[in-house]
Amino acid sequence: MGRIVVEVMPKPEILDPQGKAIGTGLERLGLTGFTDVRQGKLFHLTVEGEVTAQALENAREAAASLLSNPVIEDVVSVRAADAEEDDR
Amino acid sequence: MSARVAMATAAPLVGDRGDGGAIPGADALRVGVVQFPGTLDDRDALRAVTLSGAQAVPLWHGDDSLSDVDAVILPGGFSYGDYLRCGAIARFAPLMTAVVDAAKGGMPVLGICNGFQVLCESHLLPGALIRNDHQRFICRDQELVMENTDTTWTRDYSTGETITIPLKNGEGGFVADPATLDQLEDEGLVVARYHGFNPNGSQRDIAGITNARGNVVGLMPHPEHAVEAGFGTDSANGMRAGVDGQGFFTSALRSLLSA
Repeated sequence: MGRIVVEVMPKPEILDPQGKAIGTGLERLGLTGFTDVRQGKLFHLTVEGEVTAQALENAREAAASLLSNPVIEDVVSVRAADAEEDDR
Repeated sequence: MSARVAMATAAPLVGDRGDGGAIPGADALRVGVVQFPGTLDDRDALRAVTLSGAQAVPLWHGDDSLSDVDAVILPGGFSYGDYLRCGAIARFAPLMTAVVDAAKGGMPVLGICNGFQVLCESHLLPGALIRNDHQRFICRDQELVMENTDTTWTRDYSTGETITIPLKNGEGGFVADPATLDQLEDEGLVVARYHGFNPNGSQRDIAGITNARGNVVGLMPHPEHAVEAGFGTDSANGMRAGVDGQGFFTSALRSLLSA
C-alpha cells in the first residue's frame, strides 16, 4: 500500500491563534528560543498499491477542495511518502 | 403543529415591531432550518420562524430535497464537531447541493454562526472565519450597527440602527484578503458591524455580510436567541426582554411576500 502525504499550513498573513497559544505554552515549560509557532495540518492518504501519477493528481484535488480552504490556508506539499514514512 | 402556531401567535410581543403584529400572508410561507450532526441552534431557529408567523420546516442534512420551502436557515452549532475546519464537512452534505443551487437561483438563505461558516466554505459568501484572536470562546450580548438594510434578511431594520443580540463563538474571526474586504465595503455588502467592542478579532469589525443579490446573508451573532420577550437579551425594557433579532425573520417573510 502506498501513502500520500498532504501538508496544509495557515497562510503567513493570517493570524494563527492556535500557534500563538502553543508558543505561550512552550515558554511556560521553559522551552524558550522559538520566535514563532504556527500550527498546520498533515494528512495521510493511503492507496491500494503504488502511488501513481493519477493518485497524486486525485490527492492534489482533495487538498485543494476539502483538505484546505484557500482563503486562509496554503497546500504546502502533496507527495508520495518515502519507504520509511510508510511504516509509521 | 397547528397547536404550536396558535400558541405562538397568542404569545406577547410576537412580531411586534410597531406594525400591529403578524404579517398578512406569512402563514403560507415555509422556512426550512437545516439540521446537521452537531447542529445546536436549530430548535431556536425553528421557534424564531414560528414566532415570525411562517411555517417552520425542519430539514435533514442527508436529504436531497428542500421540501418546497421558500427560504432556508443554516443554524448555529458545531456541525460534524467542527472537524477539519468549521463548516468544511457540512458543505458536502447532500442537502447542501440543493441549498447552493437554490441560493444561486435567488432563494433567501440565512447562515447564523456555524451556518455562516458553512456559507463561506460553500463559496456562497467570500472570506472565512477563524479562531477568535484572543483564543477563547466568548458569549455575550453584542451590539451591532446595521449597514446594508436592503437585503432579503435585513429590510425591517434601518441603516445605522444599533441592535443587540447574543453572540457566542470560538471561531468567529472574519478574515479575507484586503482586496475582498475592499470589495465588500465598496459594494455595500457588509450587513452588520460590531459596535463598541470587537469580540473576536473580525477584520474591519465585520459581523455579517451578504452576496450581491442580497438573498444570502451570513451572520456570526445569533438573532434567533432574541425573538421572544423573557428569553432575549437584557434591555432597557427589562431582563431578557430584548427582541432585536426578530427583524431578520420578518424581513425574509416580507421580502418573499413582496416578490
